Amino acid sequence: MKLELQGITKTFGSLVANDHIDLVVEPGEIHALLGENGAGKSTLMNVLYGLYDPDDGRILVDDAPVTFTGPGDAMAAGIGMVHQHFMLVPVFTVAENVVLGHEPVRGGGLIDLPEARRRVKEISDRFGFHVDPDAYIEDLPVGVQQRVEIIKALSRQAKVLILDEPTAVLTPQETDELIVIMRQLKASGTSIVFITHKLREVRAVADRITVIRRGKVVGSAEPTSTETELASLMVGRSVSLGVARTEAVPGEATVQVRNLTVIDEAGVRQLDDISFDVARGEIVSIAGVQGNGQTELTEVMLGLQTPVAGSVRLDGVEMVGKSVRDVLDAGLGFVPEDRSTDGVIADFSIAENLILDLHRHEPFAKGVALKPAAVRANAERRIAEFDVRTGSIDAHASTLSGGNQQKVVLAREMSRPLRLLIASQPTRGLDVGSIEFVHSRIVQERDNGTPVIIVSTELDEVLALADRILVMYRGRIVGDVPGGTDRDVLGLMMAGVPLEDAVRQASEHHTTLGEADLDAVGDDTTIPLEEQL
Amino acid sequence: MSSQTPVPLPDAAVPPPGQTGVAETAQEPDGGRRILHEMLTSSWLVSLLAIVLALILGGLLIAAADAEVQATASYFFSRPSDLISAAWTAVSEAYAALFAGAVFDPRAEELGRAVRPFTETLTVATPLILAGLGLGIGFRAGLFNIGAQGQIILGGIFAGFIGFTFDLPPVVHLLLCVFGAALGGALWAGIAGVLKARTGAHEVIVTIMLNNIAIYLVAYLLSLDAFQRTGSNNPVSPPIPDSAAYPLLLGSGYRLHAGFLVAIAAAFFTWWLMERSTIGFRFRAVGSNPHAARTAGISVNATYVWVMLTAGALAGLAGSAQVLGTERVLTAGVAASYGFDAITVALLGRSKPLGTVLAGILFGALRAGGVVMQARTGTPIDIVLVVQSLIVLFIAAPPLVRSVFRLPSPDTPRAPKPVVPVAAKEVSA
Repeated sequence: MKLELQGITKTFGSLVANDHIDLVVEPGEIHALLGENGAGKSTLMNVLYGLYDPDDGRILVDDAPVTFTGPGDAMAAGIGMVHQHFMLVPVFTVAENVVLGHEPVRGGGLIDLPEARRRVKEISDRFGFHVDPDAYIEDLPVGVQQRVEIIKALSRQAKVLILDEPTAVLTPQETDELIVIMRQLKASGTSIVFITHKLREVRAVADRITVIRRGKVVGSAEPTSTETELASLMVGRSVSLGVARTEAVPGEATVQVRNLTVIDEAGVRQLDDISFDVARGEIVSIAGVQGNGQTELTEVMLGLQTPVAGSVRLDGVEMVGKSVRDVLDAGLGFVPEDRSTDGVIADFSIAENLILDLHRHEPFAKGVALKPAAVRANAERRIAEFDVRTGSIDAHASTLSGGNQQKVVLAREMSRPLRLLIASQPTRGLDVGSIEFVHSRIVQERDNGTPVIIVSTELDEVLALADRILVMYRGRIVGDVPGGTDRDVLGLMMAGVPLEDAVRQASEHHTTLGEADLDAVGDDTTIPLEEQL
Repeated sequence: MSSQTPVPLPDAAVPPPGQTGVAETAQEPDGGRRILHEMLTSSWLVSLLAIVLALILGGLLIAAADAEVQATASYFFSRPSDLISAAWTAVSEAYAALFAGAVFDPRAEELGRAVRPFTETLTVATPLILAGLGLGIGFRAGLFNIGAQGQIILGGIFAGFIGFTFDLPPVVHLLLCVFGAALGGALWAGIAGVLKARTGAHEVIVTIMLNNIAIYLVAYLLSLDAFQRTGSNNPVSPPIPDSAAYPLLLGSGYRLHAGFLVAIAAAFFTWWLMERSTIGFRFRAVGSNPHAARTAGISVNATYVWVMLTAGALAGLAGSAQVLGTERVLTAGVAASYGFDAITVALLGRSKPLGTVLAGILFGALRAGGVVMQARTGTPIDIVLVVQSLIVLFIAAPPLVRSVFRLPSPDTPRAPKPVVPVAAKEVSA
């Protein structure tokens, strides 16, 4: 099926989300739609999927114009969508989810479950998905849930599959499996629209790349383009992807974590006897798939959670048992994992958000009286220093884009002398330009002699920043390896494979993205596998 | 095809700069918090329109209850103009009487008498403003404190007891009574604050129950010798001596007393506290996003306790206005329904000090004017209660008011489906 978008325009008030976008997806093609957050990719796909009516332009399927008034029409026309956040019922089985809304019925209006199972099995076998039709969704790993979504789309005869940021939630190995699946689908004649802002993946799978910036198509590129070329197209100016940084000069180990154990209310060991040191002038990155204890670790270190055992020492002073306020006053800078919940207050002004944990201190307060002039002066300085894009320091934080909100959090946390910086997912959801900026500020903080802990589920980020990498799996540290360790090895360790096995397996079988790493020109940051043993 | 003309949408549909309509979905706060947020962030226009709508519906009720209107309705089809003019007369006379009783009486012979209604309005508004300010602080800190009734009673008990029991020099005595009132209200509210902080007990339930306890507590106290007027079996305290009473502001012809000045001073204090102090900063931070406040080292539980203490102190002052000023005596009905009306006042004033003062005066006016309206036109004062209730109803449901007046919603950066421009339809044709 050939899908064509002609001159699609969609405005929200004065904001033009899509500005005369043309896009042609040929049958059996993997077409990457590349763009920063807010570039208009999702709006375009929502138009295509019938969720938004375009203000102008038309959609053609096999050269015939069509109108979609809702997802139902789009599905009937052979368009399937896998959302970034899955639309599955956790307590239903795979088969039940797949047929939901199109249940095959037997006499008497009963759902024909054997038929549903048969459908799942048929598609699963055809593409080697290995999905058990009777498994409950809540018991399945994220990668398998995603395959269920794909099966769901295929079972409705989708000829064009839209994947919205499909790799955001996957481990590197799961990503690799997804890439294999995408290639199989392509071979069977299904077209795929692959929405992403991750350059590496685009180069690995796409047949054609369309780059969108500020609602407009700014160009198309071949998969052979370099990442820097793609990034420059995406951002609209030249960007450097690697962080310019010198070799770390680790000093004294002023952060000492010993035997930290956290057991949650359900009795699960979220942290299991964790010990590590962080030295001054060193970035230690904690890598791991989401939910392997990283959140608990950072919350214990901030004083939000109390461990059942263990200690956290900062400059020789015990932090466990202290209040959050005391820990912050001891010199911890904390960038929370979820900035919109924990980092900023949406209906506070930017100026107020910039003093959230500093509001008691001089010069922002004298006694219990706030000093508005000092608060404003600070805000003016910080938004200039951190390049926060906003009309006014009095604007609410909710008016800022994710990247600018994150800059506000970083500006606040880095605006005082730090003894330790902990940043969780510092660049999640940020665009390339902002990532570049945030990374360089973090490296700068390290160069000032601050110990830095970066918690990240993104291997790209871990590899870009870390001087040392700790891999967490099920509440334990399963590896302590130098920065620049092979991507495949890290990926396997994140899945719980011990270092030696991981190195062996990785050398036998490279993942697509790992190969891209090895192919990359000037790739001298990756340590050869042999040296890691 | 009119391709180049993006159809202008209402402002509210415009996503904030730097964010497309579909960028990030704000996470859902829990139910109570969301409702509070909705009520506090809706525009002044919504508050104003809620009042207008309530007055219109009140007018319909006045017309329906009027005997003349009922009579003309029986021959509506032969002479509909009779019904309409009768209805107009009933409504306009009732509302004119309401105005005369609340603001300015044009029928009065001298100026002093003519403005007396307004001083009555301010007198009635005093406890509403004080309690409303306290509740507003709670709302902004994310606490749905509906215990002002009990806190007013406790403030009244403390103020009254100190007032009629001790014999002290004039200024000292008054200050001590006022301080006692604030303390009494603060302690009562503090119970709910501590229970919430320590055990997570929901403040709505606790404060409602504390209201009941306070009502029976004052009734019980008034049966004791220490509280009962000597030589009386009625549940009435001895009168408050002049040394402990709020001085009258305009002489003996008017009831307006210094409690009103306390209310205005409290409004300024509340503004300073919330906007210019670190304490208010924490109150607002906890109210807007307790997670971020906690991460920033603010103790959410301690803040809850401080919020309740402050709110209770202000409600306690409302009790002092009644006992030391308006009534000059402690009775079981000391709080009347001020504690509940104050909730409406705070919501109508959107929990801001200026808004609360204005809303308090409006409600004082409805109260004061309602009495005159009933006397002059025979319109039952219950209509005023209905109007008040309707205001609450409309304030509590901003989407309802917005849909009545076709206003855009401020909280939807996404373009809603219904505003589909015409051009889109042509595309498919």
